[in-house]
Amino acid sequence: MSSHDTHHAPPPRPRVWSGVERALAAVGISGKALVIAAPAIWLTVFFLVPLAVVFGISLTIKQFGRPPYTPLLTNEEGTVQLTLHLNNYLRLFTDQLYVAAYLNSAKIAFISTVITLLIGYPMAYVIGRAPDQWRNILLMLVILPFWTSFLLRVYALSGFMRGNGVINQFLALFGIEPLVMMQTDFAVYVGIVYTYLPFMILPLYTNLVKLDGTLLEASADLGARPVRTFLSITLPLSMPGILAGSMLVFIPAIGEFVIPALLGGPGTLMIGRVLWDEFFANTNWPRAAAVAIAMLVVVVIPVMLLQRAQDAMRDKEQAS
Amino acid sequence: MRRSWFLTIAATLGFAFLYAPIISLVVFSFNESSLVTVWSGFSTKWYGALLADPQILGAAWLSLQVAFVAATIAVVLGTLCAVALVRFRRFRGRTMLAATVAAPLVMPDVITGLSLLLLFVAMEGIFGWPAGRGLMTIIIAHATFCMAYVVVVVQSRLTDLDLSLEEAAMDLGATPVRVFFDITLPIIAPALISGWLLAFTLSLDDLVIASFVSGPGSSTLPMVIFSKVRLGVSPDVNALATIIIGFVTLGVVAATLLQRRSRPKHPLP
Amino acid sequence: MVKNPQLAIDTRPWRDPTATPFVRLRNVTKKFGDIFAVSDVSLDIYKSELFCLLGGSGSGKSTLLRMLAGFEQPTAGTIEIDGQDMTHVPPYNRPVNMMFQSYALFPHMNVEQNIAYGLKRDGLPRAEIAERVAELLTLVKLQGYGARTPHQLSGGQRQRVALARALAKRPKLLLLDEPLGALDKKLREETQFELVKIQETLGVTFIVVTHDQEEAMSLATRIGVMDQGEIAMIGEPTDIYEFPNSKFVAGFIGSVNMVEGVVTEDEPGHVRIRSEELGCDIYVGHGVDCAPDQRLSWAIRPEKLALSRERPAGRFDANVTQGTVEEISYLGDVSVYQVLLASGKRLRVTQTNTMRGNPDAITWDEAVYLTWGDSAGSVLTV
Repeated sequence: MSSHDTHHAPPPRPRVWSGVERALAAVGISGKALVIAAPAIWLTVFFLVPLAVVFGISLTIKQFGRPPYTPLLTNEEGTVQLTLHLNNYLRLFTDQLYVAAYLNSAKIAFISTVITLLIGYPMAYVIGRAPDQWRNILLMLVILPFWTSFLLRVYALSGFMRGNGVINQFLALFGIEPLVMMQTDFAVYVGIVYTYLPFMILPLYTNLVKLDGTLLEASADLGARPVRTFLSITLPLSMPGILAGSMLVFIPAIGEFVIPALLGGPGTLMIGRVLWDEFFANTNWPRAAAVAIAMLVVVVIPVMLLQRAQDAMRDKEQAS
Repeated sequence: MRRSWFLTIAATLGFAFLYAPIISLVVFSFNESSLVTVWSGFSTKWYGALLADPQILGAAWLSLQVAFVAATIAVVLGTLCAVALVRFRRFRGRTMLAATVAAPLVMPDVITGLSLLLLFVAMEGIFGWPAGRGLMTIIIAHATFCMAYVVVVVQSRLTDLDLSLEEAAMDLGATPVRVFFDITLPIIAPALISGWLLAFTLSLDDLVIASFVSGPGSSTLPMVIFSKVRLGVSPDVNALATIIIGFVTLGVVAATLLQRRSRPKHPLP
Repeated sequence: MVKNPQLAIDTRPWRDPTATPFVRLRNVTKKFGDIFAVSDVSLDIYKSELFCLLGGSGSGKSTLLRMLAGFEQPTAGTIEIDGQDMTHVPPYNRPVNMMFQSYALFPHMNVEQNIAYGLKRDGLPRAEIAERVAELLTLVKLQGYGARTPHQLSGGQRQRVALARALAKRPKLLLLDEPLGALDKKLREETQFELVKIQETLGVTFIVVTHDQEEAMSLATRIGVMDQGEIAMIGEPTDIYEFPNSKFVAGFIGSVNMVEGVVTEDEPGHVRIRSEELGCDIYVGHGVDCAPDQRLSWAIRPEKLALSRERPAGRFDANVTQGTVEEISYLGDVSVYQVLLASGKRLRVTQTNTMRGNPDAITWDEAVYLTWGDSAGSVLTV
């Protein structure tokens, strides 16, 4: 061992990064402030401000020209004038089209969520209880569609359900008349269930896989039949997973555009589609903006429910 | 535990439901006939047609460019945001930042698209930038919504990271920035990669937002596909879908295998 | 072989009021929100000491260590190391290194890179780094392990890498957070000796945080017992064990019998305490800072009590009481007797098993006498 009692003084050496830090400090910016500021500024400019712009424009009315809406602020002989129009919002409540679209979106999203839950729950349960080597494969099979193009999966489904599609060809083998599935509300339900099934299964799985098997054995040991055990043990314990999965399906479903556009019929009213048509077909930007603001309000409630479900899941994890 | 027949059948039907449409799509991409649902013999002609279609190739190239740049921006900003949220416990506006970065996750695409378009139009009116809409505006829009997903992925990895590793480096003489590049970044690199891949995929897949913020002549691949399939089925879309599904499957399988390979073996005695 | 440096264990600088401390904490306080993690701690530690901070969880010992390393800033007070004020110096500029409880080995670097990390930050030439790393690997007996990654090492090997890494920069002060906490019992005993040997060879000042009293007793030159953010007692291991200054310290270290009593005689040369619990008087053969009629506690270690069948010749008509053996735990080297007194109080007594399979050993339900010397116990007023 060399002499250890001679402490070497750290040699003065220029450090590249501390140079950068010093340079920033010289102009009064700490590294920490920079780390926070970069994403914060980006989100403010490209997320918060746009929402404010949408709200502003929802208070104007359509006009011909560029941009195709009346200005909020006008400058007439030196006095700045603010003109607000509430027509768009009034129309939302008085025009049957919008009211029906909101109600129908909520209905379609709700029913699809329930169906997704009914299909997804047994799948998540089986994956959660599967032997280890199977579990990873099954999980991968659930995740795979999640990475595959959403649009292409909806397209695949349309090929499956159309008049001369695979289902009808299969039915024809038994002499059954072809069913009309495409361009109906039914197709929209199938489309939502099909595309959002992985969103339901994954949170349910993470919840169910943590379910302590000994609890089920204890329940069986105490004389409960499987159905009873399920109702009194498994179901209540998986409630946070059910809520999280349901919200992950319900929230995007309510604002869905692609599925009703490709699978639904002309009568399938959903807000996302109404907004799209208002914007692209009617080029009524202020009206589209008002539809968007109203839609935000509708989405906030399930989002808060989702937040609570996730908090409950986290608390449970910390407690165990 | 006792196997329940009910559960096994239910799960099998569920998986069949997930995969049957995809499989039929792949099968019919090799169909001779232009009717995508009636089998008339094996052919790869639709793949040839695909490669000869300049509209699709152009859109695919645009989409790849957008996805690459948007995913990279999303990873940089998302990582900074995750570091701020996890490592700086207390700063003014923390709750606000956390809520804002998570919001795009639940925001309907039509609203995100519309709001960004209205912003770009307003900005062009006031500052003259961005002049028109195209590659740049799509990249900005995609980076913004993809960032939220990156934050979720990186945040969970950072939360799991043992704080004492960073402290140890600092204790050994590394300044905070140095610690980040020497210790934090290499350890959370897998999360950055999966965050990047997720952002890349989401960007490639997006139809709605891109439709709002793109300009004339800047159609992304999903936009071209959408306009094609809206008019009815087309076999070259089946071929394109098969190629994409093939790539994704390879990627997911490879990632799963790699993950299993890199998992630490039992420590040596 | 170079002569070992003068060690604190031999010179005991803390007994010399003119000696200059190496580490000085003055009135250090740390608040987290409204909670005092450390409150008003003043502490002097001398060069080449192996000082143990001992306490339960939440006693503030780790917070104190983290303030020494620079990870936490004191709310009030100052920290001085080797004559320099370090209170607000960031961790990367302190001549202090730390060995973490989790070892905190960088998982993406091999053993050599881990050890070399701090040296690289100092900008040493590559050859010098390589030489130093080799030297350290020899010191911790891990030659040939340089290319392994941390997850290819056993727990004991990881601990040694962590130690080597912390020593690499020749710190003036090494902080060790539960250095043996993650090892199993047998390995811990071996490693304990190695740690002391390395500390003595290098002469570096060590501050060790531990919750394990045995570890503290066998490692330390001095121990600081911490309780609720305050230092309850500072002293050499023997002081802490034999002369605890409070009921907390007496009860925290080792096992102890504690009884209450009232002072009946308070003379400069002796004290007499009447204890109802004990059923006899306690005669203490030295002066105690107390007042007549004061209620106080008296503590005695189980091995300081003697057990006999016949009544021993008592002195001063005190220090002998009677009871029945209620329970015996045979531990091999010693047996622990639990003796029930007439008052209902139970005392623990340890007897060394000097004879093999003694057929005449005191057994269950026997009536026995207990006796002790006039300076065997401690009088505790707080």
